[in-house]
Amino acid sequence: MFGIDSLTGPAYSAAIVGLVLGEAMVLYVGYGGLTRAVGTRITDAIGGRP
Amino acid sequence: MMELFGMSATLIVLFVGFGLMIGVLFGFFGMGGSFLVTPALLVMGYPSRVAVGSGLAFVFGTSVIATLKHRDLGQVDYKLGVSMIIGTTIGIEVGKELVLHLETLGLAGNIISVTYVVLLGGIGLFVTYESLKGRSGGVDHDVDADAEVDADDIPDIAKKIQSYRVPPMLTLRGGIEVSLWMVLAVAFVTGLLSGFLGVGGGFIRMPALFYLIGVPVPIAVGTDLFEIVFSGGIGSFLYAQSGGVDLSIVAPLLAGSALGARVGSAATSLVDEEGIKIYFGLMLLGGATAVAVRQVGNAYGIDVLNTVSFALIIGSALLVSGAVVYSSVQALREERNPAPSTAD
Repeated sequence: MFGIDSLTGPAYSAAIVGLVLGEAMVLYVGYGGLTRAVGTRITDAIGGRP
Repeated sequence: MMELFGMSATLIVLFVGFGLMIGVLFGFFGMGGSFLVTPALLVMGYPSRVAVGSGLAFVFGTSVIATLKHRDLGQVDYKLGVSMIIGTTIGIEVGKELVLHLETLGLAGNIISVTYVVLLGGIGLFVTYESLKGRSGGVDHDVDADAEVDADDIPDIAKKIQSYRVPPMLTLRGGIEVSLWMVLAVAFVTGLLSGFLGVGGGFIRMPALFYLIGVPVPIAVGTDLFEIVFSGGIGSFLYAQSGGVDLSIVAPLLAGSALGARVGSAATSLVDEEGIKIYFGLMLLGGATAVAVRQVGNAYGIDVLNTVSFALIIGSALLVSGAVVYSSVQALREERNPAPSTAD
């Protein structure tokens, strides 16, 4: 799974840690962008415009 | 049934949803992100090493995101953090070996569960008790970066420990001098908990840094976060070597929690944490009860108790994250549409 099955030992472990680190960074940037893009609209939709 | 990465779509949705709830809790309370993950995985029937290893990998990902958000706070004592990594690494390795050894004896699930019941139950009772008495229980990660700590605020026990001048001595930020051996001991114990239970260990490390070493709270918070990145990363690496990290669990959990953490941290500006903290304590008690119920179910072969246990864990997380979201929506609506004042 995730293309790392052929790896073994420390290389496999490093790949696992790297994938989790990569996902965390992608999520941080992705959700950050999403928040900037639609955050205000969602807040307005929930709370109504002041 | 639709499958993705060898997992059913239902299971992926379940993990994303569970991660979302955990993320709301972590973003709002600043702690508790991993308390319920390992017990939930144990209840779902995953082997101990997978439950603990995947829990640690989840903690690692969550702490990376939290560190990226807090990277400009400048509250990390790197000398202390790096010194602690040695003790943490040894602690995690010992914790992992303990889990693997107990697994070969067939006792890992039981002993990890009992430890969880004691730990979750104890902290849950403490937080609930403090909330009922109107005091702030637990650890506040959201502190003033510029807060000055008075020397008189250093706990007596920390002063006592600082008075044992066993070389080599470390000089920490704020001019605190403490024996390296004390720092290594605190790091070892928190590392042991991380390696054994699959948690970040912040709920022990943060108070230990303050109460035992006398590190000012803001620096203890930053250094704790720095440590969790390392303990989570090192723990994931060590567990991955024995096949203990399942990415099909970690990836959806992290995807949900990263979004939930944004919701939770946004909620902190709308809702008073103290008003909801009692639910947090009750949630921990719910988690402890869930693990205990599962143990009873396993001991007496009552399958339905496994379902009850799972429902308790999900229900506890749903109740508290739901309370955070509901209170935030209410507060936002009141803020945007204030009730007209009535004249007598």
